[in-house]
Amino acid sequence: MDMFQTFHDVCADPNDYARRWKAATGGKVVGTLCSYAPEELILAGGALGFRIIGGSSAISKADAHLQSYSCSLIRGALDDALNGRLDFLDGMIFPHTCDSIQRLSDIWRLNAGTGFHLDVVLPVKLNTESARDYMIAVMGKARVELEKALNRQITDDDLQQAIQTCNGIRAAMLKLYQIRQASPGRVAGRPMHAITRASMIMDRHDLLEALTGVIAQLEKQPAPGAASGKRILISGGVCNLPDIYGLIESCGGSVVWDDLCTGSRQLTGPIAADGDRMAAIADRYLSRAICPAKHAGVTARGDELVKLARDSKCQGVIFVFLKFCDPHAFDYPYLKKMLAAQGIPCLLLELEEQIAAQGQLRTRCEAFLEML
Amino acid sequence: MSTQSPPDHDKARRKIKAVKKMKDIMMLYYIDAKTADQNGKKVAWITSGGPVEPLIAMDVIPVYPENHGAMIGASKMGADLCEKAEAMGYARNLCSYARCDIACATVNGGPIGGLPKPDMLICCNNICGTVLKWYEVQARFFGVPLFILDTPFNHTDYTTEAHQYIQRQLQEYIVFLETHCGRKMDHDRLAEVGRLSIAGQRLWQQVLDMAANRPAPMSAFDAFFHLSLIVTLRGTQTVVDYYTELLDEMKTRVAEGIGAVPAERYRLLWDNLPIWFRTRWLSERFGAHGACLVADTYTSSWAGSLKYLDEDDFLGSMAEGYSRIYINIGTDQMAERVIEMVQKYGADGLVLHSNRSCKPYSLGQYDIQRIVQQQMGIPALLIEADMNDARNFSEGQIETRIDAFMEILKAGKGAVC
Repeated sequence: MDMFQTFHDVCADPNDYARRWKAATGGKVVGTLCSYAPEELILAGGALGFRIIGGSSAISKADAHLQSYSCSLIRGALDDALNGRLDFLDGMIFPHTCDSIQRLSDIWRLNAGTGFHLDVVLPVKLNTESARDYMIAVMGKARVELEKALNRQITDDDLQQAIQTCNGIRAAMLKLYQIRQASPGRVAGRPMHAITRASMIMDRHDLLEALTGVIAQLEKQPAPGAASGKRILISGGVCNLPDIYGLIESCGGSVVWDDLCTGSRQLTGPIAADGDRMAAIADRYLSRAICPAKHAGVTARGDELVKLARDSKCQGVIFVFLKFCDPHAFDYPYLKKMLAAQGIPCLLLELEEQIAAQGQLRTRCEAFLEML
Repeated sequence: MSTQSPPDHDKARRKIKAVKKMKDIMMLYYIDAKTADQNGKKVAWITSGGPVEPLIAMDVIPVYPENHGAMIGASKMGADLCEKAEAMGYARNLCSYARCDIACATVNGGPIGGLPKPDMLICCNNICGTVLKWYEVQARFFGVPLFILDTPFNHTDYTTEAHQYIQRQLQEYIVFLETHCGRKMDHDRLAEVGRLSIAGQRLWQQVLDMAANRPAPMSAFDAFFHLSLIVTLRGTQTVVDYYTELLDEMKTRVAEGIGAVPAERYRLLWDNLPIWFRTRWLSERFGAHGACLVADTYTSSWAGSLKYLDEDDFLGSMAEGYSRIYINIGTDQMAERVIEMVQKYGADGLVLHSNRSCKPYSLGQYDIQRIVQQQMGIPALLIEADMNDARNFSEGQIETRIDAFMEILKAGKGAVC
C-alpha cells in the first residue's frame, strides 16, 4: 500500500473526515481560517482544529453578504457555512488576520450559525514588549473563552501535552520538508500536498503517528539519484488549488520548499519546553514565520524569504496567492526586488475563484521553468 | 433621458461663503509643509485616523497622504497614477489611495507637485490593515522611521487588554517623537492641544448637526469639502476658528431658509468614502430629483470619538478615542450608528457607496443595508464604484440606478412626478 494513503484518504473529503471523527470520538470540531489560530489551545481542549481553505462549490448565498471584490477564501468559506455544508462544526475561532477576515468574522457571527464564535484579536505588531504582553493576555483570554465554549477545563497539563504534540508534528513536518529539499524525488508533489493539507484537518495524535511512520519508511529507502526538475520555492498565501506541487512538477519543476500560509509558514517555531505555558505559546506566534498582515520590521518578510531561497538552493520562486489578497499583493513588488538582487527570477500566479484557469497556470509555469 | 434640474434663482446665495477661506487655509498649510525643511521644521506623514495631537504639540507638520489622495481623485488624476502603480507591480485591486500615493512619490505627481518627503511615518491601523502595508512600502522607499499604533479591532467590546496595549503604545509614540525630534514632549502643550482638538471636534459635530434642519443648509458633498481641517490640523486654533465661522454661516442659512438643494423634498444618508472624482456630478444628479444627501457616516467619524475623549485628560482618553471609531467596530454596531443617523437627520433613504478600495468600510454593507431596511423600512441604493480610480465607475449604469432609486422613493412618499 502507498505509504501516503492515510493522507490521501483524509484529503479526499475533509468535511466527511470531520463528521466521521465526531461520530467515532464524540469530540468537538473547531473551524479556523488562518494559521494564527491557536492550535495548541484547541488541541488542549480535546477538540479537532479544522482548517478551512476555501469553498467546496460555486458561490450561491455568499453574494448576498460579500462583494465580488473579496477573496475566494472568505467567499467560499462563508458560502459553505450558509449552505449548511459546515454543519459538523461546533464553533469557529477567528484570529485577527487581515481586513477581509476581520469583516468576515462579523458577517459570519451574524449569519452563519456554526456554533460558538471566538474572536482572538492578536496584535498586528509582533516586535515590541507591549505587543508581547498583549499577545499573552489575548491568548490567556482565548483559553478561558474556549473552556466555556467547549464546556470543559483546559488545565496546564492539557496545555503541556498539546504543546508536545504540536511540537512533534511541526518537527516531523519540517523533517519531511528537509528530506524533500535534499532530494526532491523522495517525496513527490502529490503526496506532499496531501500530507500538508491533511495536517490541518486530521486528528493530531493520528497525524503525529502517521508522520512518524512515513519518515521512518523514507529514511529506510536508498537515496534516489539526482532530481531532474528545476528547483522551485513556492511563496505566498492560501493556496486552494487541489495540487500545486503536482502542477509544478508536471511542468518540469521540483518544489524544494514552500512558504505558504497553507504550507510551511504554519510549521515554523517550536514552543519552548519550560516557562509559563501561555507565554511560551504566545512567543511561538510572535516569532514564527511572519505573515504579510503582521509587522515585525519593514523588511522582515523579505529577509526571511531571501534566506529560505538561499538555504533551499532554489533556481526560481513562484508566488502563489489569491486574487483580492491585499497583504500578499502589497508585499510582492519588494519581495520580487529583493530576490532579483540575489539573481533569483520570479513568477506570479494569482489564483481566481474559477479553477478553470488551470490551463493558463500550466502554460505560464512551463514558460517560466523553461526560462530558468 | 436624465432629469433636468429646475432653474435655481438663488444660486449665488446658495454658495457657502466659507469655502474660499478653507481653500486659502489649505493652500498655506501645504506651502508650509512643502517648505518645512527651509524653516527647520519636520514633516510627518500620518494616516487619517492617526493621533495627530502629539505631532502638533511637537511642532511637527502633519501631512496626510489620504487627504492628498482625495485631492488627486478630485483633480481626476487618480486613474493615471493607479496605472503607474500597477506598472510597478502593485495589483489593480489594492486600495486606490495607496496606489496613487506609492506611484506619486516616485514621480512627484498629483495636483501640487507631490508631497514633501517625510522625516517620519506615523501609521495607525484603526482605519484598516492596508495602511500598514502602504506605510511599510513608503518606509522602505524613503528610508525613514516608522511608528505603528496598533488598535485591535473591536468586534463586540473594547477590551481591557486592548486598552492597556494602546495606552502603552501611546507612551512609545511619545518616546519615538522625542527621539526623532531631539527634544522632550511638553505635556502642558499636549494637554492644550488636546483641549483644542476636542473643541474642534465639538464644533465639527455642531456644523454637521445643522443638516438636521429642513431644508438642510449643507449637504454631505459640502461636508466632504469642509472635512479637511478637522482631519489635517485637529488640535490647532485655526481649526476652532474656521468651524466657528462655518457654524455661524450655517446658522444664518438656517434662519434664512437657504438649503443646499434648491427644492429639498427627499433626504438621504450617504455611507462610505466619497467618489472624489464625481462629487459634483452626484450632487447634481440627486439635486435634480430634489434629493439632498443630508448626512454621511464618513465625515461624522471625525466627531464620533467625543463621547470617549476627556478634555481634562486627553492623553489618558486617547486610546479609547482612537480605537472605537466607526470602521474599527463590528458590523452590527455600525448598523446601529447608521440607524441613529437615519433617525437624527430624518433620512428617507440610504445611499451606500460600495467602494472597491475600502474593505473594512464596504464588506458588511449588505448586512447593514438589510438591518437598516428591516428596522427603518427605508429603501437603499447601492453604488458600485471607487473613491479614486475612475476606471471603476460606470456613469451610465449609476445614473440609471439613481433614477430608479429616486422613483421608488417618490412612489413611497406618494409624490407625483
